[in-house]
Amino acid sequence: MLMRTYRTTILSYTVHFCPGSHNVSKGMDQINREAPHSAATGAYPKSVLNVLVLILLFAFSALPSAFAQDWVRTGSGLGVEKVRLAVPDFKAAADAQSGTLLKTFNDTFWSDLDNSGVVELVSKSFYPLQVPGQPAEITFGLWSSPPPNASMLAFGNLNVASGKVTVQGWLYDVKNTASPQVLGKQYSDVASDDAVRVIAHKFADEIIFRLGGGIPGIAESKIYFVSDRSGHKEIWVMDYDGTNQRQLTHLGSTSLSPRISPDGSRLAFSSLTKGGWDILMFSLDLNRTVSFPHFGGTNLSPAWSPDGTRLALSSSRGGHSEIYVCDASGANLHAMTTGRGLDVSPTWNRKTGAQIAFVDDSTRLPQIYTMEADGTNQQRMTDQGYAVDPNWSPNGQFLTMAWKRNYGPGEPGSRDIYLMDVASKQWVQLTHDGGAHDSPSWAPDGRHIVFQSNRTGKDELWMMLADGTKLHQLTFTGRNSQPNWSWK
Amino acid sequence: MKEKTLKSAATVVVLAAVMMLGACHKKTAPPPPPPPPPPAASPTASISVSPDTVEKGQSATLTWQTSNATDVSIDGIGAVQPSGSQQVSPTDSATYHLTAKGAGGTQEATARLTVTQPPPPPAPSAPSVTEADLFAQSIKDIYFEYDKADLRGDQQASVQADAQFLNQHSGINFTIEGHCDERGSTEYNLALGDQRASAVKSALIAAGVNASRIKTISYGKEKPFCSESNEACWQQNRRGHFVYQK
Repeated sequence: MLMRTYRTTILSYTVHFCPGSHNVSKGMDQINREAPHSAATGAYPKSVLNVLVLILLFAFSALPSAFAQDWVRTGSGLGVEKVRLAVPDFKAAADAQSGTLLKTFNDTFWSDLDNSGVVELVSKSFYPLQVPGQPAEITFGLWSSPPPNASMLAFGNLNVASGKVTVQGWLYDVKNTASPQVLGKQYSDVASDDAVRVIAHKFADEIIFRLGGGIPGIAESKIYFVSDRSGHKEIWVMDYDGTNQRQLTHLGSTSLSPRISPDGSRLAFSSLTKGGWDILMFSLDLNRTVSFPHFGGTNLSPAWSPDGTRLALSSSRGGHSEIYVCDASGANLHAMTTGRGLDVSPTWNRKTGAQIAFVDDSTRLPQIYTMEADGTNQQRMTDQGYAVDPNWSPNGQFLTMAWKRNYGPGEPGSRDIYLMDVASKQWVQLTHDGGAHDSPSWAPDGRHIVFQSNRTGKDELWMMLADGTKLHQLTFTGRNSQPNWSWK
Repeated sequence: MKEKTLKSAATVVVLAAVMMLGACHKKTAPPPPPPPPPPAASPTASISVSPDTVEKGQSATLTWQTSNATDVSIDGIGAVQPSGSQQVSPTDSATYHLTAKGAGGTQEATARLTVTQPPPPPAPSAPSVTEADLFAQSIKDIYFEYDKADLRGDQQASVQADAQFLNQHSGINFTIEGHCDERGSTEYNLALGDQRASAVKSALIAAGVNASRIKTISYGKEKPFCSESNEACWQQNRRGHFVYQK
């Protein structure tokens, strides 16, 4: 049973990008309609062709990995709907403290599962009046048949006693009455709001791991970002859902481009110091900046290699902005690029660590390129417009970037977040609602992207699934930018 | 009619006579009225300062005379002898206010001492102030095209004028700040601002300015001069900006 769920969910995720490509062709149709002199007659067949090409290319691009993952080759489960999961509120004793903690738990738990993108939550209005808090209280038929028509049921209880909170939670396959239990967990911690939120994140991640194709959930992940709410641009951190925001640096200068190390212990960023723009290193263990060499010139946009041993960055120490690579300590700095264009914003292939994508403007407007990590084999990825801020997906297959495809005064469109298949250079536009979008960063699950947008009039952080759905705002105070998602 | 005129004239005469008589009466008849001796003479007072203008740090002599006074004071100095002199050296211009009180009343007198600031010491600070002013007046910022870091043709004149001034004032060190407009990404704009500052630096070096006098820094879109979202404003923000460093 579990194996089957595992396969179908991965597949539904993989094909999820095809509806996204439909959106692109719709967008192109609209642009063509707005420009009556263009060949409107050719637009429709062309867009259909595009969709076909995209579907084919995504299928082909998945082929090399097919030897390791049989689900791609068989194609079984294509078009399968997401798992219908019912999540009745957990039960608790009716005292005041339990009440507030229970509400925090239920809200966080529901929101984590809803944000995950791997399940379809059954609306609570369909639930039976009697909801279970213990396995013995389940009536399977009430959940597995309409109106809830759920496949899975997550339920449990929360108890507070002498300053401790204990949460028991279960995941049941309600259509398999013979052996329904998929998961049973018990958590204990001090009775505080924060602790209860962490418990909800942990249990949600357990469920997402099992229903989401074996990819760990992100409910316990963090997002590092730049905020000016203290009066200066400092580095901040928050939980992935926007809660628990706190300031990390207090430098009183301008600090930008936070990048958390793969093990989560160190944060590299760029800051304006007396000597100019330097790469600084912040230790999360010591809660302060630790020493890092001063390279000279303007040093920007550090990026960790996936094994955490090296940093790529942009430096103009030689008089011209180029991509450099150094050890995590800052030693062994050497240039990877040469030439006319300025080079900035490197990002490593997060799966292999063998390639680096970056921005180069030798063709005047900035474009995305890839190269081997030793600087050879440079490939231009974007064909036109203004493309910046590349970020490589955890599975190594996709780049996300900020791209204004039609560049120039009065040209339609704005700078939006795009997804590009690295092997085929086929792309999908993920945001469509106007405003400038920048600095996309992949979640460790490869399903979510966080980015900055000024669509509300000022820069704030937003998050969405990697197909552009489930878009929602995470920050509301001050101006917030350059989000960077933790590696796990 | 005539009678009336006569009558009123007579009244005036009589009244005047009465008044004169009355006045004469008081003066000429001291014995009976108040016992106190003849009213005390009212005090006199004068004060002067010499010289009346001094430079800051120098002193002047304050001289005063009074008569018929029992209580003499000068504001800021306090009670003093009825007559005397004193050295003063205030840091700012001052007014000395002398008050002489006596049985006959109070008399006041003032003297003004003007303190001038010394002429600015010639050597250290003076030329740097003027150099900074000159720098601000003479140096022109260099403006750029959107997303470009090479010098525009119409900016060459500014570059040459800047280089000429800087070559004439070879003691001035300065920073070139590279700025960009709000469009574009944070990281790319910082690299672009760096490139712009370097482009201005290279042009100045080519025109004979010593490289050791020039620092560069990029602000990207972090410190805009103008915060509106229109081309006029964006052009203001796409520049190499000069900052005096002494």
